[in-house]
Amino acid sequence: MRYLPLTDVERGDMLTKVGAVHIDALFADIPNDLLLKAPLDLPRRKTELEVERALTKLSNRNIPASTSSFFVGCGAYKHHIPATVDHLIQRSEFLTAYTPYQPEISQGTLQSLFEFQTQVAALTAMDVANASMYDGSTGTAEAVLMAHRITKRRKAILSGGLHPQYGDVVRTVSHMAGDAVVSMPADVHADEDIIAKIDDATSCVVVQTPDVFGNLRDLSKIADAAHAKGALLIAVFTEVISLGLIKPPGEMGADIAVGEGQSIGNALSFGGPYVGLFATRAKYVRQMPGRLCGETVDADGRRGFVLTLSTREQHIRRDKATSNICTNSGLCCLAFTIHMTLLGQTGLRRLAKLNHAHAVALAEMVRDIPGVELVNKTYFNEFTLRVKGNAATVIEKMAARDVLGGVPFSRLAPQSGYDDLIIVANTEVNSDEDRMAFVSALKGSL
Amino acid sequence: MLNTQGRPTRAGAASAAGHETFTGNHALQLEEALIFETGRLDVTGVDVDEPPAFQSALGGLERTSEIGLPGLSEPETMRHYVRLSQKNYAIDSGIYPLGSCTMKHNPRLNERLARLPGFADVHPLQPQSTVQGALGLIADLAHWLMTLTNMPAVAMSPKAGAHGELCGMMAIKAAIAAKGEGETRNVVLVPESAHGTNPATAALIGFQVRAIPAQEDGTVHPGDVQAALGPDVAAIMLTNPNTCGLFEKDIVEIARLVHEAGAYFYCDGANFTAIVGKVRPGDLGIDAMHINLHKTFSTPHGGGGPGAGPVVLSNRLAPYAPVPFVLREGAWLRLVEHAEGEASLGRMTAFHGQMGMFVRALAYMLSHGSDGLKQASEDAVLNANYIRASLADLMSLPFGNRPCMHEALFDDSWLKDTGVTTLDFAKAMIDEGYHPMTMYFPLVVHGAMLIEPTESESKASLDLFIATLRDLAFGARNGEVERFTNAPHFAPRRRLDETRAARQPILKWTPLRPIADAAE
Repeated sequence: MRYLPLTDVERGDMLTKVGAVHIDALFADIPNDLLLKAPLDLPRRKTELEVERALTKLSNRNIPASTSSFFVGCGAYKHHIPATVDHLIQRSEFLTAYTPYQPEISQGTLQSLFEFQTQVAALTAMDVANASMYDGSTGTAEAVLMAHRITKRRKAILSGGLHPQYGDVVRTVSHMAGDAVVSMPADVHADEDIIAKIDDATSCVVVQTPDVFGNLRDLSKIADAAHAKGALLIAVFTEVISLGLIKPPGEMGADIAVGEGQSIGNALSFGGPYVGLFATRAKYVRQMPGRLCGETVDADGRRGFVLTLSTREQHIRRDKATSNICTNSGLCCLAFTIHMTLLGQTGLRRLAKLNHAHAVALAEMVRDIPGVELVNKTYFNEFTLRVKGNAATVIEKMAARDVLGGVPFSRLAPQSGYDDLIIVANTEVNSDEDRMAFVSALKGSL
Repeated sequence: MLNTQGRPTRAGAASAAGHETFTGNHALQLEEALIFETGRLDVTGVDVDEPPAFQSALGGLERTSEIGLPGLSEPETMRHYVRLSQKNYAIDSGIYPLGSCTMKHNPRLNERLARLPGFADVHPLQPQSTVQGALGLIADLAHWLMTLTNMPAVAMSPKAGAHGELCGMMAIKAAIAAKGEGETRNVVLVPESAHGTNPATAALIGFQVRAIPAQEDGTVHPGDVQAALGPDVAAIMLTNPNTCGLFEKDIVEIARLVHEAGAYFYCDGANFTAIVGKVRPGDLGIDAMHINLHKTFSTPHGGGGPGAGPVVLSNRLAPYAPVPFVLREGAWLRLVEHAEGEASLGRMTAFHGQMGMFVRALAYMLSHGSDGLKQASEDAVLNANYIRASLADLMSLPFGNRPCMHEALFDDSWLKDTGVTTLDFAKAMIDEGYHPMTMYFPLVVHGAMLIEPTESESKASLDLFIATLRDLAFGARNGEVERFTNAPHFAPRRRLDETRAARQPILKWTPLRPIADAAE
């Protein structure tokens, strides 16, 4: 086996040193009748070439985003990733390192985490950010739990524009923790009546912008209403590139900003691994879940970085910890940081503007199609179309024409009653030809 | 002084010339500024065209403030992150003996395959007809996991080990609620030696934690479990092999007692690597166990993640599995994204789990085959025992010189009166070019040093590692305190002030340092 360095002779010598006559002597604590005597019914080892062929065959049964006109979004976005990003994250010293528990020989990981935290805080216009969460959806659930800890209340209100799968994750965890969740019904238009739901028992209001339908939301009024009742505003985003162009959560009164960072530096990967971004106000830092990297000095007074405020964490506080999380999305946030470093604010603004321009261009083209209605008044790079007939059927028909035309909302929320909505994402990767293909496929699939 | 392999081992033998350089650099050991100190606001390393004029649809919600993020050109970015990488220790650099973390070789074949466009460049919400191969890969990996554990079901979506624990414990909570015992069964038994994630997970979903003591031999005694069991107990969370590096030999009896009391048996599978192909957890009476793909099946840790934590479930818990999951319907694979019955505990994460990790884990499994996985476990256990046997005369073993599983646990009683602590010893290992072992865990052992070599180490690598530790041990006993208390001497940084970092937290770069505006 190519991954195992020991030879049979060496194994024999080592067993002698250990004082065991047979390897199974080292497994003597396992009940003998349960010790497996024959190999399991699984394939025997394959050569590198064979493994490569087997998995390539599976891979070839999928249609990658890059080989079609691609308009699928709703929480994961197809963007161009510079070659430098993938090269750097594959460097052994990043790829095969562990959590930086020994800071003296982990400054590479730690400094990049410090840079990541600074970038996320700047993007969201919040005071502090952590070293990342699993993804945007689990981060949102953690944000709700954090709001419960801060307010000592246990009721969250979820906006009708929140990504339904994010809402599901919040409800799952909250239900198990015995907390209450009030979910506004899915609503393609702004749900201003969410303000009327805020009461003295409310810990937080969770509002997404751009919301799942693509609408931009001004959160300021909701923030004021929440704060007036002693509740927190949790601002959620699934498309981080929007923050290059639109007003950030920190400028609209958010207490916690949480979202998905996949768009910067990370591949679609069929849903994971992704990188959750999580930022908050300075006064709440000790209630924040997840890892934090901080600046300090070494014995010679030189600047260095360490994991810090770990007294919030499970390995110190056990059942009193702020969260059970004991990892971050290390490599994914490194990819984020590298791509963000390449972009800088100048590149990010341009990229965001280009995304928006592409969405505007497509919106102009679909307006003229009979039987299609653009639902949004505002949007960034994703909007919602109402079509005649069943949206899921339309999407399948478009796929048969080599256009992956978006997400039927009924796939996210089958019970919502919205069977005629398609959510369409436009990023910088789509060309004029792709948009024309979209229009043509949509016309032919209605 | 050189050791038997000719490597210098004394502090000072390879010390710097004793003067500072103009740049602060020491040859290849380079000081590196933060990107915010070298970048410029008008620089970008990405060519993005300005779009032609268009009518925006932002509804007056434009960002008008400066973002404040400088950019670097592509060569500057490359150099910055390459230089940073050189300040990291990694498994590709040398042995990484972190106990209970299982740092084994990360084959590059797996990286290549995870980057195939059919896996890396597919969207979780594409039509299912366009991702049949991806669903097939999930189904294949699930089959391997169920076969290796002899468990009838697996939930694939949990994103990390602790997330898997949460999934398993939520399934248990759902099952208890379904039996109408949700109000009464609210206690979870957790051994003192457990990973901190276990009590944290139980507490997160409203359970009370009741600790089970460790016996003098490092394992959990069935009598202690029986004494703690009662009608209020929902589950036990046991790690096996446990964090003392020992197989819980009474596990079948413990499972029986737990089940008789109407409770469930959660197994923390962090140390599964020791027993793959040797014994199946399902045969031991386990109801749920998470599997750290990033440990046992070698997906890279990436400086702290991502992980992946699928959970295998018994028949009693299978109905409560989260969505989504894959169903095989003849040649068609169907992704079930919404609960079709009432039982499912719900959704753990927006999409389908860590696909990128699934590809790597399956490639690792196919490369080994069932026979190779068994061999890997045996080699991991043999390597750990070889270290134990080779150091037993110098370093103290808290539970006696008996066989261990894939990790060898020492304590600090052998350092008594030397003036050297476990931490000092670990930092001196850094000077020798090694990443230290896990320190001060498990908590039940004073000054614990938990060494896990994994199967990736050759005999020569182990021999040098052992010789180095022996040399250090002699040094500690012979009063070479300076070598330890001031270590590391040769790392990119000397010992870092962690207290200061916690008391005056600086969590982001600001132009006017050192104003600690990041905290109250």
